[in-house]
Amino acid sequence: MKRLLRDLKKYRFYLLYSAKSELRAEVAGSYLNWLWWILDPLLFMLVYSFIVRIVFSAREQYFAAFVLVGLTVWNFFNKTVQGSVGVIRKNKSVVSKIYLPKYLLILTNMLVLGFKMAVSLALIFLLMIVMGVPFTLHILHAVPVLLVLVLITFGIAVFFMHFGVFVRDLYNVTTVLLRMVFYMTGVFYSLPLRVPAPYGELLVRLNPVAFVTESLRGALLYGTAPDYLLLAIWGAVGLALSLCGILMVYRYENSYAKVI
Amino acid sequence: MAVPTITAQDVRIVYKTLKSMTIRNSLLSFRPGRMELFEAVHPMSFETYEGDVVGIIGKNGSGKSTLLRAVSGIFSPDSGTLNTYQNTVSLMALGVGFRPDLTGRENIFLSGLLLGYRESQIREKLQEIIEFSELGDFIDRPVRTYSSGMFSKLAFSISAIMEPDILLIDEVFSVGDAKFKKKSYQKIKMLLEERVKTAMVVSHNMDTLRKLCNRVLWIHEGTLRADGPTEEVISAYEAESAEGK
Repeated sequence: MKRLLRDLKKYRFYLLYSAKSELRAEVAGSYLNWLWWILDPLLFMLVYSFIVRIVFSAREQYFAAFVLVGLTVWNFFNKTVQGSVGVIRKNKSVVSKIYLPKYLLILTNMLVLGFKMAVSLALIFLLMIVMGVPFTLHILHAVPVLLVLVLITFGIAVFFMHFGVFVRDLYNVTTVLLRMVFYMTGVFYSLPLRVPAPYGELLVRLNPVAFVTESLRGALLYGTAPDYLLLAIWGAVGLALSLCGILMVYRYENSYAKVI
Repeated sequence: MAVPTITAQDVRIVYKTLKSMTIRNSLLSFRPGRMELFEAVHPMSFETYEGDVVGIIGKNGSGKSTLLRAVSGIFSPDSGTLNTYQNTVSLMALGVGFRPDLTGRENIFLSGLLLGYRESQIREKLQEIIEFSELGDFIDRPVRTYSSGMFSKLAFSISAIMEPDILLIDEVFSVGDAKFKKKSYQKIKMLLEERVKTAMVVSHNMDTLRKLCNRVLWIHEGTLRADGPTEEVISAYEAESAEGK
Protein backbone atom coordinates (compact mmCIF):
# COMPACT_ATOMS: atom_id res chain seq x y z
CA MET A 1 0.00 0.00 0.00
CA LYS A 2 2.70 2.41 1.03
CA ARG A 3 4.64 1.47 -2.03
CA LEU A 4 1.65 2.21 -4.20
CA LEU A 5 1.32 5.74 -2.85
CA ARG A 6 5.05 6.37 -3.09
CA ASP A 7 5.20 5.17 -6.66
CA LEU A 8 2.17 7.17 -7.66
CA LYS A 9 3.75 10.25 -6.19
CA LYS A 10 7.08 9.62 -7.81
CA TYR A 11 5.70 8.98 -11.26
CA ARG A 12 2.78 11.41 -11.31
CA PHE A 13 4.57 13.87 -13.55
CA TYR A 14 5.52 11.20 -16.01
CA LEU A 15 1.98 9.90 -15.98
CA LEU A 16 0.51 13.28 -16.83
CA TYR A 17 3.09 14.18 -19.40
CA SER A 18 2.92 10.82 -21.05
CA ALA A 19 -0.87 11.01 -21.35
CA LYS A 20 -0.65 14.54 -22.67
CA SER A 21 1.92 13.62 -25.24
CA GLU A 22 -0.07 10.58 -26.30
CA LEU A 23 -2.97 12.88 -27.05
CA ARG A 24 -0.70 15.32 -28.81
CA ALA A 25 0.81 12.57 -30.92
CA GLU A 26 -2.65 11.44 -31.92
CA VAL A 27 -3.50 14.93 -33.05
CA ALA A 28 -0.24 15.48 -34.88
CA GLY A 29 -0.81 12.55 -37.21
CA SER A 30 -4.25 13.34 -38.63
CA TYR A 31 -5.89 16.02 -40.75
CA LEU A 32 -8.91 16.80 -38.65
CA ASN A 33 -6.80 16.36 -35.54
CA TRP A 34 -8.67 17.13 -32.34
CA LEU A 35 -11.99 17.25 -34.15
CA TRP A 36 -11.85 13.48 -34.06
CA TRP A 37 -12.38 13.48 -30.33
CA ILE A 38 -15.78 14.97 -31.04
CA LEU A 39 -16.51 13.32 -34.36
CA ASP A 40 -15.76 9.81 -33.20
CA PRO A 41 -18.50 9.53 -30.57
CA LEU A 42 -20.91 11.59 -32.71
CA LEU A 43 -20.52 9.47 -35.81
CA PHE A 44 -20.90 6.23 -33.87
CA MET A 45 -23.99 7.67 -32.25
CA LEU A 46 -25.43 8.38 -35.69
CA VAL A 47 -24.68 4.87 -36.88
CA TYR A 48 -26.38 3.21 -33.92
CA SER A 49 -29.24 5.68 -33.92
CA PHE A 50 -29.91 4.93 -37.56
CA ILE A 51 -29.76 1.19 -37.15
CA VAL A 52 -31.86 1.01 -34.04
CA ARG A 53 -34.38 3.66 -34.96
CA ILE A 54 -35.01 2.51 -38.49
CA VAL A 55 -34.34 -1.19 -38.31
CA PHE A 56 -35.57 -2.02 -34.85
CA SER A 57 -37.88 0.98 -34.46
CA ALA A 58 -36.90 1.59 -30.87
CA ARG A 59 -38.61 4.23 -28.81
CA GLU A 60 -36.43 4.96 -25.79
CA GLN A 61 -36.81 8.52 -24.65
CA TYR A 62 -34.11 11.00 -25.80
CA PHE A 63 -32.68 8.31 -27.98
CA ALA A 64 -29.58 10.09 -29.32
CA ALA A 65 -28.40 11.06 -25.84
CA PHE A 66 -29.32 7.61 -24.62
CA VAL A 67 -26.97 6.01 -27.14
CA LEU A 68 -24.25 8.53 -26.51
CA VAL A 69 -24.18 7.76 -22.79
CA GLY A 70 -23.89 4.08 -23.62
CA LEU A 71 -21.07 4.74 -26.03
CA THR A 72 -19.23 6.98 -23.59
CA VAL A 73 -19.15 4.35 -20.89
CA TRP A 74 -18.47 1.54 -23.32
CA ASN A 75 -15.59 3.24 -25.12
CA PHE A 76 -13.81 3.92 -21.87
CA PHE A 77 -14.22 0.40 -20.55
CA ASN A 78 -13.67 -1.42 -23.82
CA LYS A 79 -10.58 0.45 -24.95
CA THR A 80 -8.92 0.30 -21.55
CA VAL A 81 -9.35 -3.45 -21.23
CA GLN A 82 -8.55 -4.16 -24.85
CA GLY A 83 -5.46 -1.98 -24.67
CA SER A 84 -4.20 -3.49 -21.45
CA VAL A 85 -3.81 -6.98 -22.90
CA GLY A 86 -0.89 -6.02 -25.09
CA VAL A 87 0.32 -2.98 -23.20
CA ILE A 88 3.52 -4.54 -21.85
CA ARG A 89 4.57 -5.89 -25.20
CA LYS A 90 3.75 -2.61 -26.88
CA ASN A 91 6.01 -0.77 -24.44
CA LYS A 92 8.77 -3.30 -24.68
CA SER A 93 11.37 -0.62 -25.27
CA VAL A 94 10.55 0.93 -21.91
CA VAL A 95 9.93 -2.23 -19.92
CA SER A 96 13.18 -3.89 -20.94
CA LYS A 97 15.32 -0.84 -20.26
CA ILE A 98 14.24 0.66 -16.97
CA TYR A 99 12.08 -0.21 -14.03
CA LEU A 100 8.69 1.35 -13.70
CA PRO A 101 5.58 0.08 -11.96
CA LYS A 102 3.85 -1.63 -14.83
CA TYR A 103 0.29 -0.62 -13.96
CA LEU A 104 1.35 2.93 -14.78
CA LEU A 105 1.06 1.94 -18.42
CA ILE A 106 -2.62 1.20 -17.88
CA LEU A 107 -3.09 4.42 -15.97
CA THR A 108 -1.60 6.41 -18.83
CA ASN A 109 -4.06 4.75 -21.14
CA MET A 110 -6.92 5.47 -18.79
CA LEU A 111 -5.97 9.13 -18.56
CA VAL A 112 -6.02 9.41 -22.33
CA LEU A 113 -9.36 7.64 -22.57
CA GLY A 114 -10.64 9.57 -19.56
CA PHE A 115 -9.97 12.77 -21.42
CA LYS A 116 -11.94 11.50 -24.38
CA MET A 117 -14.70 10.46 -22.04
CA ALA A 118 -14.81 14.01 -20.71
CA VAL A 119 -15.22 15.31 -24.25
CA SER A 120 -18.02 12.81 -24.76
CA LEU A 121 -19.71 13.92 -21.57
CA ALA A 122 -19.58 17.51 -22.72
CA LEU A 123 -21.25 16.39 -25.94
CA ILE A 124 -23.96 14.68 -23.95
CA PHE A 125 -24.69 17.91 -22.13
CA LEU A 126 -24.87 19.76 -25.43
CA LEU A 127 -27.21 17.15 -26.80
CA MET A 128 -29.35 17.40 -23.67
CA ILE A 129 -29.75 21.12 -24.22
CA VAL A 130 -30.62 20.63 -27.86
CA MET A 131 -33.14 17.89 -27.12
CA GLY A 132 -34.64 19.79 -24.23
CA VAL A 133 -33.85 17.22 -21.56
CA PRO A 134 -34.65 18.79 -18.19
CA PHE A 135 -31.55 19.39 -16.08
CA THR A 136 -32.02 18.17 -12.53
CA LEU A 137 -29.83 17.92 -9.48
CA HIS A 138 -29.76 14.19 -10.08
CA ILE A 139 -26.96 14.89 -12.53
CA LEU A 140 -24.63 14.98 -9.53
CA HIS A 141 -25.19 11.24 -9.07
CA ALA A 142 -23.04 10.82 -12.14
CA VAL A 143 -19.90 11.54 -10.11
CA PRO A 144 -19.92 8.46 -7.85
CA VAL A 145 -21.15 6.35 -10.75
CA LEU A 146 -18.18 7.36 -12.91
CA LEU A 147 -15.83 6.75 -10.00
CA VAL A 148 -17.06 3.19 -9.72
CA LEU A 149 -16.61 2.79 -13.46
CA VAL A 150 -12.97 3.84 -13.15
CA LEU A 151 -12.33 1.40 -10.29
CA ILE A 152 -13.98 -1.53 -12.01
CA THR A 153 -12.27 -0.82 -15.30
CA PHE A 154 -8.82 -0.56 -13.73
CA GLY A 155 -9.37 -3.67 -11.64
CA ILE A 156 -10.27 -5.74 -14.67
CA ALA A 157 -7.60 -4.19 -16.89
CA VAL A 158 -4.79 -5.02 -14.44
CA PHE A 159 -5.61 -8.70 -14.60
CA PHE A 160 -5.80 -8.67 -18.37
CA MET A 161 -2.44 -6.92 -18.52
CA HIS A 162 -0.84 -9.52 -16.26
CA PHE A 163 -2.12 -12.54 -18.13
CA GLY A 164 -1.64 -10.83 -21.45
CA VAL A 165 2.10 -10.93 -20.85
CA PHE A 166 2.20 -14.69 -20.53
CA VAL A 167 -0.64 -15.81 -22.72
CA ARG A 168 -0.09 -14.55 -26.21
CA ASP A 169 -3.47 -15.25 -27.71
CA LEU A 170 -5.39 -13.73 -24.84
CA TYR A 171 -5.99 -10.86 -27.23
CA ASN A 172 -8.25 -12.96 -29.44
CA VAL A 173 -10.19 -14.23 -26.48
CA THR A 174 -10.58 -10.74 -25.09
CA THR A 175 -12.03 -9.48 -28.34
CA VAL A 176 -14.77 -12.08 -28.24
CA LEU A 177 -15.41 -11.63 -24.54
CA LEU A 178 -15.68 -7.90 -24.88
CA ARG A 179 -18.10 -8.24 -27.77
CA MET A 180 -20.25 -10.42 -25.58
CA VAL A 181 -20.16 -7.89 -22.76
CA PHE A 182 -21.01 -5.21 -25.32
CA TYR A 183 -24.32 -6.87 -26.12
CA MET A 184 -24.94 -7.61 -22.48
CA THR A 185 -24.48 -3.96 -21.64
CA GLY A 186 -27.18 -2.50 -23.82
CA VAL A 187 -25.14 0.24 -25.36
CA PHE A 188 -27.88 1.05 -27.85
CA TYR A 189 -30.88 -0.52 -26.20
CA SER A 190 -32.34 -0.60 -22.78
CA LEU A 191 -31.67 -3.93 -21.10
CA PRO A 192 -34.68 -3.91 -18.77
CA LEU A 193 -37.00 -3.02 -21.65
CA ARG A 194 -35.62 -5.21 -24.39
CA VAL A 195 -34.44 -8.34 -22.68
CA PRO A 196 -37.31 -10.47 -21.39
CA ALA A 197 -37.71 -10.52 -17.62
CA PRO A 198 -36.10 -11.57 -15.42
CA TYR A 199 -32.88 -11.63 -17.47
CA GLY A 200 -32.85 -7.94 -18.32
CA GLU A 201 -32.96 -6.82 -14.71
CA LEU A 202 -30.54 -9.53 -13.75
CA LEU A 203 -28.01 -8.42 -16.34
CA VAL A 204 -28.16 -4.86 -15.12
CA ARG A 205 -27.34 -6.05 -11.64
CA LEU A 206 -24.68 -8.59 -12.45
CA ASN A 207 -22.85 -6.78 -15.22
CA PRO A 208 -21.08 -3.79 -13.70
CA VAL A 209 -20.73 -2.04 -17.05
CA ALA A 210 -24.44 -2.33 -17.69
CA PHE A 211 -25.17 -1.17 -14.18
CA VAL A 212 -22.95 1.89 -14.60
CA THR A 213 -24.50 2.66 -17.99
CA GLU A 214 -28.05 2.41 -16.71
CA SER A 215 -27.26 4.44 -13.60
CA LEU A 216 -25.60 7.14 -15.64
CA ARG A 217 -28.56 7.33 -17.99
CA GLY A 218 -30.85 7.60 -15.03
CA ALA A 219 -28.81 10.35 -13.44
CA LEU A 220 -28.29 12.43 -16.57
CA LEU A 221 -31.40 11.92 -18.66
CA TYR A 222 -34.26 10.67 -16.54
CA GLY A 223 -33.62 12.31 -13.19
CA THR A 224 -33.38 9.16 -11.11
CA ALA A 225 -30.90 8.22 -8.41
CA PRO A 226 -28.79 5.08 -8.79
CA ASP A 227 -29.23 2.10 -6.52
CA TYR A 228 -26.63 3.20 -4.00
CA LEU A 229 -26.36 -0.12 -2.22
CA LEU A 230 -25.49 -1.90 -5.44
CA LEU A 231 -23.21 0.95 -6.45
CA ALA A 232 -21.33 0.61 -3.17
CA ILE A 233 -21.01 -3.13 -3.67
CA TRP A 234 -19.62 -2.71 -7.17
CA GLY A 235 -17.34 0.05 -5.90
CA ALA A 236 -16.00 -2.30 -3.25
CA VAL A 237 -15.53 -5.06 -5.77
CA GLY A 238 -13.69 -2.67 -8.07
CA LEU A 239 -11.45 -1.49 -5.26
CA ALA A 240 -10.68 -5.05 -4.18
CA LEU A 241 -9.89 -6.08 -7.74
CA SER A 242 -7.65 -3.07 -8.23
CA LEU A 243 -5.70 -3.65 -5.04
CA CYS A 244 -5.30 -7.39 -5.63
CA GLY A 245 -4.23 -6.61 -9.17
CA ILE A 246 -1.63 -4.12 -8.04
CA LEU A 247 -0.27 -6.51 -5.43
CA MET A 248 -0.04 -9.19 -8.08
CA VAL A 249 1.74 -6.86 -10.47
CA TYR A 250 4.25 -5.85 -7.80
CA ARG A 251 4.91 -9.48 -7.12
CA TYR A 252 5.36 -10.70 -10.67
CA GLU A 253 6.30 -7.67 -12.76
CA ASN A 254 9.95 -8.58 -12.45
CA SER A 255 9.43 -11.49 -14.75
CA TYR A 256 7.63 -9.44 -17.42
CA ALA A 257 10.88 -8.16 -18.86
CA LYS A 258 12.15 -11.72 -19.24
CA VAL A 259 9.14 -13.12 -21.03
CA ILE A 260 8.52 -10.49 -23.70
CA MET B 1 38.62 1.87 3.98
CA ALA B 2 36.82 0.80 0.85
CA VAL B 3 33.06 1.37 1.04
CA PRO B 4 31.10 -1.33 -0.76
CA THR B 5 28.54 -0.12 -3.30
CA ILE B 6 27.25 -3.34 -4.80
CA THR B 7 27.37 -6.73 -3.17
CA ALA B 8 26.21 -9.68 -5.19
CA GLN B 9 25.90 -12.94 -3.33
CA ASP B 10 25.26 -16.10 -5.37
CA VAL B 11 23.14 -14.19 -7.85
CA ARG B 12 21.43 -16.54 -10.26
CA ILE B 13 19.18 -15.53 -13.10
CA VAL B 14 16.96 -17.92 -14.96
CA TYR B 15 14.95 -17.25 -18.07
CA LYS B 16 11.91 -19.41 -17.96
CA THR B 17 11.29 -20.11 -21.56
CA LEU B 18 7.65 -20.05 -20.74
CA LYS B 19 7.68 -18.88 -24.33
CA SER B 20 4.59 -16.86 -23.51
CA MET B 21 2.51 -19.97 -23.86
CA THR B 22 -0.52 -19.95 -26.06
CA ILE B 23 -3.93 -21.00 -24.90
CA ARG B 24 -3.81 -23.97 -27.24
CA ASN B 25 -0.70 -25.24 -25.54
CA SER B 26 -2.07 -24.87 -22.08
CA LEU B 27 -5.29 -26.60 -23.06
CA LEU B 28 -3.59 -29.47 -24.82
CA SER B 29 -0.85 -30.16 -22.35
CA PHE B 30 -2.05 -31.66 -19.14
CA ARG B 31 1.18 -31.11 -17.34
CA PRO B 32 0.97 -27.61 -15.94
CA GLY B 33 3.76 -25.18 -16.48
CA ARG B 34 5.82 -27.14 -18.96
CA MET B 35 8.68 -24.78 -19.40
CA GLU B 36 12.27 -24.81 -20.35
CA LEU B 37 14.74 -23.21 -18.02
CA PHE B 38 17.70 -21.33 -19.27
CA GLU B 39 20.17 -20.28 -16.65
CA ALA B 40 21.66 -17.10 -18.06
CA VAL B 41 23.68 -16.31 -14.97
CA HIS B 42 24.88 -19.13 -12.76
CA PRO B 43 25.34 -18.34 -9.08
CA MET B 44 27.85 -15.53 -9.06
CA SER B 45 29.30 -13.37 -6.33
CA PHE B 46 31.24 -10.16 -6.51
CA GLU B 47 31.55 -6.86 -4.72
CA THR B 48 32.33 -3.36 -5.92
CA TYR B 49 33.56 -0.40 -3.93
CA GLU B 50 33.37 3.35 -4.15
CA GLY B 51 35.59 4.61 -6.92
CA ASP B 52 35.47 1.40 -8.91
CA VAL B 53 34.96 1.45 -12.64
CA VAL B 54 34.37 -2.17 -13.46
CA GLY B 55 34.57 -3.46 -16.99
CA ILE B 56 32.62 -6.54 -17.99
CA ILE B 57 33.82 -8.67 -20.87
CA GLY B 58 32.79 -11.94 -22.40
CA LYS B 59 31.38 -13.43 -25.57
CA ASN B 60 27.93 -12.56 -26.87
CA GLY B 61 25.25 -14.32 -24.91
CA SER B 62 27.40 -14.94 -21.88
CA GLY B 63 25.07 -13.06 -19.56
CA LYS B 64 26.67 -9.63 -19.35
CA SER B 65 23.59 -7.60 -20.18
CA THR B 66 21.39 -9.83 -18.07
CA LEU B 67 23.65 -9.18 -15.11
CA LEU B 68 23.52 -5.43 -15.63
CA ARG B 69 19.77 -5.48 -15.94
CA ALA B 70 19.51 -7.37 -12.67
CA VAL B 71 21.78 -4.86 -10.92
CA SER B 72 19.68 -1.99 -12.26
CA GLY B 73 16.50 -3.56 -10.90
CA ILE B 74 14.68 -4.25 -14.15
CA PHE B 75 14.27 -7.76 -12.89
CA SER B 76 15.35 -9.34 -9.66
CA PRO B 77 17.64 -12.35 -9.34
CA ASP B 78 15.92 -15.71 -9.03
CA SER B 79 18.06 -16.62 -6.07
CA GLY B 80 20.87 -15.04 -4.13
CA THR B 81 20.96 -11.44 -3.02
CA LEU B 82 21.95 -8.20 -4.63
CA ASN B 83 22.56 -5.31 -2.29
CA THR B 84 23.13 -1.84 -3.65
CA TYR B 85 23.18 -0.09 -0.27
CA GLN B 86 20.46 2.46 -1.05
CA ASN B 87 22.51 3.91 -3.88
CA THR B 88 20.59 5.13 -6.89
CA VAL B 89 21.29 2.86 -9.81
CA SER B 90 20.57 3.43 -13.42
CA LEU B 91 21.29 1.67 -16.62
CA MET B 92 22.31 4.04 -19.34
CA ALA B 93 19.73 3.17 -21.93
CA LEU B 94 19.23 5.04 -25.14
CA GLY B 95 15.90 6.48 -26.14
CA VAL B 96 13.76 5.15 -23.32
CA GLY B 97 10.13 5.98 -23.84
CA PHE B 98 10.65 7.91 -27.07
CA ARG B 99 7.58 8.56 -29.14
CA PRO B 100 8.37 9.07 -32.80
CA ASP B 101 5.48 11.45 -33.44
CA LEU B 102 6.65 13.97 -30.88
CA THR B 103 9.38 16.54 -31.31
CA GLY B 104 12.86 16.12 -29.91
CA ARG B 105 12.13 18.68 -27.24
CA GLU B 106 9.00 16.90 -26.06
CA ASN B 107 10.84 13.61 -26.02
CA ILE B 108 13.50 15.07 -23.76
CA PHE B 109 10.80 15.79 -21.22
CA LEU B 110 9.12 12.46 -21.66
CA SER B 111 12.31 10.48 -21.34
CA GLY B 112 13.62 12.61 -18.48
CA LEU B 113 10.42 12.25 -16.47
CA LEU B 114 10.51 8.52 -17.03
CA LEU B 115 14.07 8.42 -15.71
CA GLY B 116 12.79 10.01 -12.53
CA TYR B 117 13.59 13.68 -12.98
CA ARG B 118 11.27 16.54 -12.16
CA GLU B 119 10.06 18.86 -14.84
CA SER B 120 11.96 21.77 -13.33
CA GLN B 121 15.21 19.79 -13.30
CA ILE B 122 14.78 18.92 -16.94
CA ARG B 123 14.02 22.51 -17.86
CA GLU B 124 17.29 23.49 -16.21
CA LYS B 125 19.22 20.95 -18.22
CA LEU B 126 17.26 21.43 -21.43
CA GLN B 127 19.62 23.88 -23.05
CA GLU B 128 22.62 21.77 -22.18
CA ILE B 129 21.05 18.67 -23.67
CA ILE B 130 20.04 20.42 -26.87
CA GLU B 131 23.47 21.90 -27.34
CA PHE B 132 25.17 18.62 -26.65
CA SER B 133 22.99 16.82 -29.16
CA GLU B 134 24.02 19.22 -31.98
CA LEU B 135 20.56 18.94 -33.46
CA GLY B 136 19.94 22.64 -33.99
CA ASP B 137 16.51 23.36 -35.45
CA PHE B 138 15.65 19.70 -35.72
CA ILE B 139 14.94 19.67 -32.02
CA ASP B 140 11.45 20.98 -32.75
CA ARG B 141 10.67 18.48 -35.46
CA PRO B 142 9.13 15.06 -34.87
CA VAL B 143 11.66 12.41 -33.97
CA ARG B 144 10.43 10.14 -36.77
CA THR B 145 11.96 12.57 -39.27
CA TYR B 146 15.43 12.14 -37.74
CA SER B 147 18.22 10.19 -39.30
CA SER B 148 19.41 7.29 -37.20
CA GLY B 149 22.52 9.23 -36.27
CA MET B 150 20.50 12.19 -35.08
CA PHE B 151 18.26 9.89 -33.12
CA SER B 152 21.09 8.30 -31.22
CA LYS B 153 22.75 11.64 -30.60
CA LEU B 154 19.62 12.94 -28.95
CA ALA B 155 19.17 9.73 -27.02
CA PHE B 156 22.72 9.82 -25.77
CA SER B 157 22.48 13.47 -24.75
CA ILE B 158 19.49 12.70 -22.57
CA SER B 159 21.11 9.69 -20.94
CA ALA B 160 24.26 11.66 -20.26
CA ILE B 161 22.55 14.06 -17.86
CA MET B 162 21.84 11.23 -15.48
CA GLU B 163 24.01 11.34 -12.44
CA PRO B 164 23.17 8.31 -10.35
CA ASP B 165 25.40 6.87 -7.64
CA ILE B 166 25.90 3.73 -9.66
CA LEU B 167 25.97 4.00 -13.41
CA LEU B 168 25.64 0.96 -15.62
CA ILE B 169 26.67 1.25 -19.24
CA ASP B 170 25.89 -1.34 -21.86
CA GLU B 171 27.79 -0.65 -25.09
CA VAL B 172 26.79 2.89 -25.83
CA PHE B 173 30.09 4.30 -26.99
CA SER B 174 29.68 4.02 -30.69
CA VAL B 175 27.13 6.72 -31.33
CA GLY B 176 27.02 9.24 -34.13
CA ASP B 177 29.88 10.45 -36.30
CA ALA B 178 33.56 10.52 -35.37
CA LYS B 179 33.34 13.90 -33.72
CA PHE B 180 30.32 13.01 -31.65
CA LYS B 181 31.88 9.70 -30.71
CA LYS B 182 34.83 11.48 -29.25
CA LYS B 183 32.62 13.94 -27.44
CA SER B 184 30.40 11.26 -25.97
CA TYR B 185 33.44 9.31 -24.87
CA GLN B 186 34.79 12.37 -23.08
CA LYS B 187 31.42 12.88 -21.44
CA ILE B 188 31.28 9.33 -20.16
CA LYS B 189 34.82 9.57 -18.94
CA MET B 190 33.97 12.74 -17.04
CA LEU B 191 30.90 11.08 -15.53
CA LEU B 192 32.88 8.07 -14.43
CA GLU B 193 35.70 10.03 -12.93
CA GLU B 194 33.84 12.83 -11.22
CA ARG B 195 30.20 12.16 -10.73
CA VAL B 196 29.42 8.57 -9.93
CA LYS B 197 30.53 6.37 -7.08
CA THR B 198 30.74 3.19 -9.08
CA ALA B 199 30.26 2.25 -12.69
CA MET B 200 29.95 -1.03 -14.52
CA VAL B 201 30.74 -0.97 -18.19
CA VAL B 202 29.97 -3.68 -20.72
CA SER B 203 32.00 -3.33 -23.88
CA HIS B 204 33.69 -5.30 -26.59
CA ASN B 205 36.17 -2.54 -27.16
CA MET B 206 39.22 -3.52 -25.12
CA ASP B 207 40.98 -0.20 -25.68
CA THR B 208 38.07 1.69 -24.17
CA LEU B 209 38.01 -0.61 -21.20
CA ARG B 210 41.76 -0.30 -20.70
CA LYS B 211 41.41 3.45 -20.53
CA LEU B 212 38.35 3.62 -18.31
CA CYS B 213 38.40 0.72 -15.91
CA ASN B 214 40.46 -0.19 -12.89
CA ARG B 215 39.03 -3.67 -12.71
CA VAL B 216 37.46 -6.18 -15.06
CA LEU B 217 35.05 -9.08 -14.65
CA TRP B 218 35.24 -11.78 -17.29
CA ILE B 219 32.00 -13.65 -17.67
CA HIS B 220 32.04 -16.91 -19.55
CA GLU B 221 28.80 -18.76 -20.24
CA GLY B 222 27.13 -17.34 -17.18
CA THR B 223 29.93 -17.92 -14.72
CA LEU B 224 32.53 -15.56 -13.41
CA ARG B 225 35.76 -16.67 -15.06
CA ALA B 226 38.05 -13.99 -13.73
CA ASP B 227 37.92 -10.87 -11.60
CA GLY B 228 40.98 -8.72 -11.30
CA PRO B 229 43.01 -5.73 -12.48
CA THR B 230 42.15 -4.58 -15.99
CA GLU B 231 45.33 -5.47 -17.82
CA GLU B 232 45.62 -8.92 -16.33
CA VAL B 233 42.10 -10.05 -17.17
CA ILE B 234 41.98 -8.47 -20.61
CA SER B 235 45.27 -10.06 -21.61
CA ALA B 236 44.02 -13.46 -20.56
CA TYR B 237 40.78 -12.90 -22.45
CA GLU B 238 42.57 -11.76 -25.57
CA ALA B 239 44.95 -14.65 -25.41
CA GLU B 240 42.08 -17.07 -25.34
CA SER B 241 40.13 -15.28 -28.09
CA ALA B 242 43.22 -15.38 -30.28
CA GLU B 243 43.41 -19.12 -29.89
CA GLY B 244 39.93 -19.17 -31.35
CA LYS B 245 38.21 -21.14 -28.65
